[in-house]
Amino acid sequence: MLIKKPSDIKSYEITPESAYFNRRQFMKRLGQAAMLTAGSGWLTACVEENGSAQAQSVAKAKPVSLVSTEGVKQYPAPEWLKEKFPGRKVWPSSTDEALTPYQDITRYNNFYEFGTKKGDPAKHAGSLITDPWSVIIDGAVEKPGTYTLEDILKPHDFEERIYRLRCVEAWSMVVPWVGFQLGDLLKRFNPTSKAKYVAFTTLNDPEQMPGLKLPFSSIEWPYVEGLRIDEAMNPLAFIGVGLYGKAMPPQNGAPLRLVVPWKYGFKSIKSIVKITLVDKEPPTTWNKSAPNEYGFYSNVNPNVSHPRWSQKRERRLPSSLFNPNYVETQLFNGYAEQVAHLYKGMDLAKYY
Amino acid sequence: MIKKLKPIWFLLALSPAVYLVYLIVTDGLGPDPAKTVVEFLGTWALRLLWVTLSLTPLKLITGSGQFIAIRRMMGLYAFFYASLHLAAYLVFMLGLRWSNLWEDILERPYITVGFAAWLVLLPLAVTSTNKMIRRLGKKWKQLHKGVYLAACLVILHFIWLAKSNLLEPIIYLTILILLFALRLIKQTAKTKPVVAND
Repeated sequence: MLIKKPSDIKSYEITPESAYFNRRQFMKRLGQAAMLTAGSGWLTACVEENGSAQAQSVAKAKPVSLVSTEGVKQYPAPEWLKEKFPGRKVWPSSTDEALTPYQDITRYNNFYEFGTKKGDPAKHAGSLITDPWSVIIDGAVEKPGTYTLEDILKPHDFEERIYRLRCVEAWSMVVPWVGFQLGDLLKRFNPTSKAKYVAFTTLNDPEQMPGLKLPFSSIEWPYVEGLRIDEAMNPLAFIGVGLYGKAMPPQNGAPLRLVVPWKYGFKSIKSIVKITLVDKEPPTTWNKSAPNEYGFYSNVNPNVSHPRWSQKRERRLPSSLFNPNYVETQLFNGYAEQVAHLYKGMDLAKYY
Repeated sequence: MIKKLKPIWFLLALSPAVYLVYLIVTDGLGPDPAKTVVEFLGTWALRLLWVTLSLTPLKLITGSGQFIAIRRMMGLYAFFYASLHLAAYLVFMLGLRWSNLWEDILERPYITVGFAAWLVLLPLAVTSTNKMIRRLGKKWKQLHKGVYLAACLVILHFIWLAKSNLLEPIIYLTILILLFALRLIKQTAKTKPVVAND
């Protein structure tokens, strides 16, 4: 009798599940002890920074699967999708910065279809039905059609990318996404020469999305976003289907969303139901709502002021009240090397 | 009754601040505590200003001068929360970067208007002692009509601040319009002063 060794179980899956967070807890306690003995907040800060450095090496070495999800509702994903997560590879260019905890990424969201307060999406997004799900791909492509989620996702190998996420409201997070390159998806449907832009649409169903029923909203639903085709084909542009090694929770844009790390967070449209390749710049939701505040490009840029928030620096979450985690905002959110060439010769104050 | 329960009103108006301290101590402010604290204090400053503004119409409706007994206290509480709101914004959001403050005041109209509201309230708070009331005489009443201007600036600040959902600002605006309307109706309708001990 042949007893086969299960080769598809990776060693990191056998590692104790809570190791990652236990280490963080340990470092935190160490910091608190240091504060008690030395009575110095600075010392705490130093210890925590060391802790982050260690977290980084953990993140670099292997995909993040060791995460505390305490207090966060778990969402079902189809079996075929769950099976794809363990095989994911870590993207070598992932950022080294300390990860924002799962609890914060999943409980501090802007997803106005579920309410305008940061905690609303986690509270109300459980009503989103993500299985079955289908995506319309049409416009300037040779293979238009309505595709099931399985059709869309299955052919792609998943990758874990740790990106900085910068919200236009001057807070930011570091998120370990799982997904694949947007360009790889688009190429499968053979865009024609008329495909100059890509337009995305979010689900628009008031039955599942209570935020759509709110009166006095200046937003026109469904939520729409867009990219220029060269932006969409840039290797950084990503389709996210999970985070922290697990299927994407609905409040973060299940079952599939865009992730464009060099642009403000609102460009990264969630819960996509339609992708259209077009020859003209498509309308975008926030630009329609307040064109003087939100442009089509919305590249992260500390030099271009926003009427509501100074963009010079950001609060990297989790932030603390007395030892706030301020970070100087970088041009293109720190991804200038990969994307600056896309905007050569463009006045970024004009094309904000 | 209202007059007798003054300590109760004092504690009630203080309770949001106590709750905020509790949230800070127990780490209950969420991942972006600066924003939570600033919004919490701003909301309570607005609510207590609205409470203050409701006391005169309540007197006009009920004919009881008792409501006026807690008007100064509530007004000062509104200023207390407004000042903490401003301080929290300066310390926790700006990190005391004064250059950023000027940028915010000059470039962001909702901050300009909010700051102006606080500036209007400042002399009212300063002149709220018995001594100042006596010293200013008739001028005091004129000066304290500034609270109407402050309320208008506050609601403008709140409306301007809203990103897409105007539901909450509209609720507070409606209440404010109602309070102003009650004053106007009652004051124009009455043939003689309801109470003289104002």
